[in-house]
Amino acid sequence: MRTIKEINAKIKKGEVVVVTAEEVIDLVRKKGIKKAAEEVDVVTTGTFGPMCSSGAYFNIGHSKPRIKIGGGGCKINDVPLYTGFAAVDVYLGATAIPDDDPRNKVFPGEFKYGGAHVIQELASGKDVRLEASAYGTDCYPRRKLETLINIKDMNEAVLFNIRNCYQNYNVAVNLSDKMIYTYMGTLRPNAGNANYCSAGQLSPLLKDPYYKTIGIGTKIFLGGGIGYVAWQGTQHNPTAPRKDNGVPKVPAGTLAVIGDLKQMKPEWLVGTSMLGYGVTLTVGIGVPIPVLNEEVLGYAALRDEELYAQVVDYGTNYPQLIPGSLGEVSYAQLKSGKIKVQGKDVPTGALSSYSKAREISEELKSWIEKGEFTLTEPVAHLPQADSGYAPKLLNERPIV
Amino acid sequence: MVSKRIVLHFPHRLVNQPIVYKLVKEFDLQFNILKAYVTPQEEGLMVLELSGKKENFDKGVEYLGSVGVKIQPLSQDVIRNETKCTDCGACVPICPTGALVVDTHSRKVHFYDNKCIACELCVKVCPTRAMEVRF
Repeated sequence: MRTIKEINAKIKKGEVVVVTAEEVIDLVRKKGIKKAAEEVDVVTTGTFGPMCSSGAYFNIGHSKPRIKIGGGGCKINDVPLYTGFAAVDVYLGATAIPDDDPRNKVFPGEFKYGGAHVIQELASGKDVRLEASAYGTDCYPRRKLETLINIKDMNEAVLFNIRNCYQNYNVAVNLSDKMIYTYMGTLRPNAGNANYCSAGQLSPLLKDPYYKTIGIGTKIFLGGGIGYVAWQGTQHNPTAPRKDNGVPKVPAGTLAVIGDLKQMKPEWLVGTSMLGYGVTLTVGIGVPIPVLNEEVLGYAALRDEELYAQVVDYGTNYPQLIPGSLGEVSYAQLKSGKIKVQGKDVPTGALSSYSKAREISEELKSWIEKGEFTLTEPVAHLPQADSGYAPKLLNERPIV
Repeated sequence: MVSKRIVLHFPHRLVNQPIVYKLVKEFDLQFNILKAYVTPQEEGLMVLELSGKKENFDKGVEYLGSVGVKIQPLSQDVIRNETKCTDCGACVPICPTGALVVDTHSRKVHFYDNKCIACELCVKVCPTRAMEVRF
């Protein structure tokens, strides 16, 4: 029907027709798939949820005299960084926390500040405090470094998240008789609440369930700036069970994403504290879906009523790795404010902001309409549903 | 009848006085204690829902003032930092009084501070720590 090249030509001429993954639903309902596919060139998606496998790498520039931080230690605002690279390359993980954070010693720990907050502060242009220690060599004699530093003074500051954008996720409940504190939020005892974490009908990989358009090299909205899909994310699970409409009904595909942190914005990279669990980064991602044919549009027009997630017990089953679902619910049910779990009405809460996901899809739409954002051809596919690619559990073996 | 949620700050010297008892005995007011604590060497704090006849209520409040209790309406105490809130909704099922509600159209989280009883459950549950307490 149309190619990405043709869509880009229309973007340049200002003739492109873009709708969000929400708007496309009504459009297809009114006009039918065939007519809508003729009209629409691009569907924009969005998601804004906590993503723990996020982080950023920096090259801070050489000091005089030189220091080799590689193999030494480095902290920004007391949060430790990974230093196992060359002299002045360091990597900051979103979940890293200061050594003197009490963690869960006083339960539940608050986790007020960590790597994710540093990333947000850097993106906002604030000065941060960098400390490094090294063992000293003939070519890099310096052993200590303490300085204020700003992102604009770094050579590179690159957001590189090794797993983001989960295609679908569990709905968490707690069947135990005690309050629990999880990465899915605070869960009241006896299924007192059910927390979910997906933008549903706006979520990128739910709207391209077979990764027909999203692949390695796809240009995306990342943290308020431009980024790219670098690879499949860790734990990518394209072979997960799917509904008849092709959409996975459990957590499935994931993306690794990368982009220049210097052009990102703090409102789309938010340091987040999960009570009793830890620090994580809430990341804004938007992915454009080129309407290459009617099939692609059919998937992009799926509604919350057609997208399902599994209710999982985080009281016992999840921590003990006991498989099993307490039932299947649609995102429409989740968004109604309550679901039924084992015959009981349970109020729902979201960890992924739907209103922000909507803003992202609209922002990306306006970038494309204004000609500021063109689409890319993926350079390679993500591992596909028939690839046999699937995550394995750890096979623990005794060390003899 | 009036019914209001108020925050009472007791200075150190009043902490061991039966102040609330007098509200019942002398002014015929009903109370529901939502929260109470005394910090060592400092002051006492009590969050009350106080109800009764308008004239009794006013007299009771006047009495509290005359003995040195500082009174503050509750709605000022838990506030939402709008720049930090991402409208995710993690607080919604945690709030026991329905003061935090997702709007079905905008999907934004509304905070009805008149329903808030300052239990503070939302404060630590909020992933971006957007709910702030100002007693």
